[in-house]
Amino acid sequence: MPAPEEQQPASPVVATSRTIDIATSLVLLAFAALLAYDNWRTGMSWDATGPQAGYFPFYLSLVLAGASVYGIAKEIIARRAASEPFVRREQLHRVLQVLAPTVAFCVLMQWLGLYLASFVLIAGFMVFVGRIAWWKSLLTSFVFSAAMFMTFEIAFDVLMPKGPLEALFGF
Amino acid sequence: MEAFQLLAYGFGVLLTWKTLALMMLGLVLGIFVGVLPGLGGPNGVAILLPLTFTMDPTSAIVMLSCIYWGALFGGAITSILFNIPGEAWSVATTFDGYPMAQQGKAAEALTAAFTSSFIGSLVAVLLITFLAPGIASFALRFGPPEFFSVYLLTFCSFVGLGREEKHKTLISMSLGLLLAGVGMDTVSGQLRMTFGWSELFRGINFLVAVIGLFGISEILLTMEERLALRGHAAAISLRVVLKVWKEMPRYWMTLLRSSAIGCWLGITPGGAIAASFMGYNLAKRFSKDKDSFGKGRIEGVFAPETAAHASGTSALLPMLALGIPGSGTAAILLGGLMVWGLNPGPLLFVEHKNFVWGLIASMYLGNVVGLVLVLSTVPIFASVLRVPFAAIAPMIVVSCAIGAYAIQNAMFDVWLMLVFGAVGYVFKKIGIPLAPFTLALVLGNRAEDAFRLSMIGAGGDLRVFWSNGLVGSITTLALVLLFWPLISAGWERVRVKLFGAHRAH
Repeated sequence: MPAPEEQQPASPVVATSRTIDIATSLVLLAFAALLAYDNWRTGMSWDATGPQAGYFPFYLSLVLAGASVYGIAKEIIARRAASEPFVRREQLHRVLQVLAPTVAFCVLMQWLGLYLASFVLIAGFMVFVGRIAWWKSLLTSFVFSAAMFMTFEIAFDVLMPKGPLEALFGF
Repeated sequence: MEAFQLLAYGFGVLLTWKTLALMMLGLVLGIFVGVLPGLGGPNGVAILLPLTFTMDPTSAIVMLSCIYWGALFGGAITSILFNIPGEAWSVATTFDGYPMAQQGKAAEALTAAFTSSFIGSLVAVLLITFLAPGIASFALRFGPPEFFSVYLLTFCSFVGLGREEKHKTLISMSLGLLLAGVGMDTVSGQLRMTFGWSELFRGINFLVAVIGLFGISEILLTMEERLALRGHAAAISLRVVLKVWKEMPRYWMTLLRSSAIGCWLGITPGGAIAASFMGYNLAKRFSKDKDSFGKGRIEGVFAPETAAHASGTSALLPMLALGIPGSGTAAILLGGLMVWGLNPGPLLFVEHKNFVWGLIASMYLGNVVGLVLVLSTVPIFASVLRVPFAAIAPMIVVSCAIGAYAIQNAMFDVWLMLVFGAVGYVFKKIGIPLAPFTLALVLGNRAEDAFRLSMIGAGGDLRVFWSNGLVGSITTLALVLLFWPLISAGWERVRVKLFGAHRAH
């Protein structure tokens, strides 16, 4: 779908706001149905002492479902010729550039511990995404990770997941 | 007056080297957080919250609230020098602040912004000092029905008064309330909405959601936009400061009006963002020289900044007096209270005097110190923005992960944070407001408990919510607010006329 932009040559639109709006509403609707079912199972009526555990959430999921249906209907009825772009390919590329390393960081955190994983994330991000000189990146990320270790582990006693490297130093 | 004695007592609590040092640390971190475009008040406070877990509550709240004041100050720096609002509430500051910087009057604009912020929060703190104890002691007589009606009022006013599309506010709020209910039901002890998944038994932690929704999603959005920073340098000299201060009394009406708007919108959940726009638009409307707004008029900096700070500060009033936060950041501070083992609500004023008055005293001191600090260190903080975003983004990600993990020492929470980050990104882009979600998530259980306790007390009779004048009028007001959009379409026309400027696009 060609983008209705006048000025700069924009990269192709991956999805329009309208598509995402409807998709989100559909997901929310499904979620609401799931929760409504679960709360109906828990008990959504009144007993002697008042509402049961599922009463409040059951009706809330009906509200959520209703609002989602309204949203879908509204987007379908409103026949705007061209909806605003939700995200362009170039933008999506940049978003994934930060989202993918973040996911990788969370996976690494479980094996290497937080501090080593954060060193890898920061240094890697600076070198490969930021194209910053490797020695600057390594130095920055070492200083940051070490400072975090000092602050949380030593000064404030907030314990983070640790891996083999910290074990080597007896932590 | 009793308030003065208690305030003096609060200063006594505050004036220890340790607390003062934490206050300075909080302010510096806060300004830093406010200057960075990917971070703001709520997520800064949420990410730094784990630092306070091992502190005593008073030191903890002093440090956290100072992070908040710092963030409020810091937001103005980037708006004026770089035309990038560090915070949503400093968007209106860019309208006149950036043109002033382009004309070489950056120092004036910054001084004006900081000073008016200071005035705004001073007015709000005075309000808190003299009003909050009264409200709290009044609220001591509240039973579950009264509390439920106040919660209802808070929720309904979001739906009725919010600027977003109503069904989107409703989606955001019901989703928040639903997620608040996940886990063990506090009244019956039953598990619900866990689908047998043991990680969900303890519920969805509010702070984890906030870190994801505001922290991670903000990084995604900032990356997507790829900010090109072109800033103006600025150092503030004493001469400029005095010059601006001499000019200031001429704008007393603007300052007063903005303070009033800010306080009102802060106490009701209108928020600092709405307050700053309203302050700006009203200053413009009442000005004799409307056309000079947007071209570097100092009044255009005074108005939004005063309102934003008055609102940001007064949002703590209902939090302290009733246990109901007036803003997202106040909601996070409330989450903090529970972590430190305090029970938010009117009893705080009775049971934890040193906590409450230490906090109030720190608002006075924190704002004075903050003002001096920002005026003298602007060049340093402005240079933070020259650090490439590629270095800052992963550091923020790491800080978010630390924050999310530390709350319950659970890796599951880190994954949850990621999910909320993605959800926040999508929600922000399609205009589902996040503030009602945050509020619902933190208040959901308390609202439900209040409702069910009322029902148990009244034997399941809904008329308990109209059983006396007080609870009846609050409940009725709440319902009126809920259906406000339906009640009058005419008001909408008036409002568009009044505040239409930034809605017109």
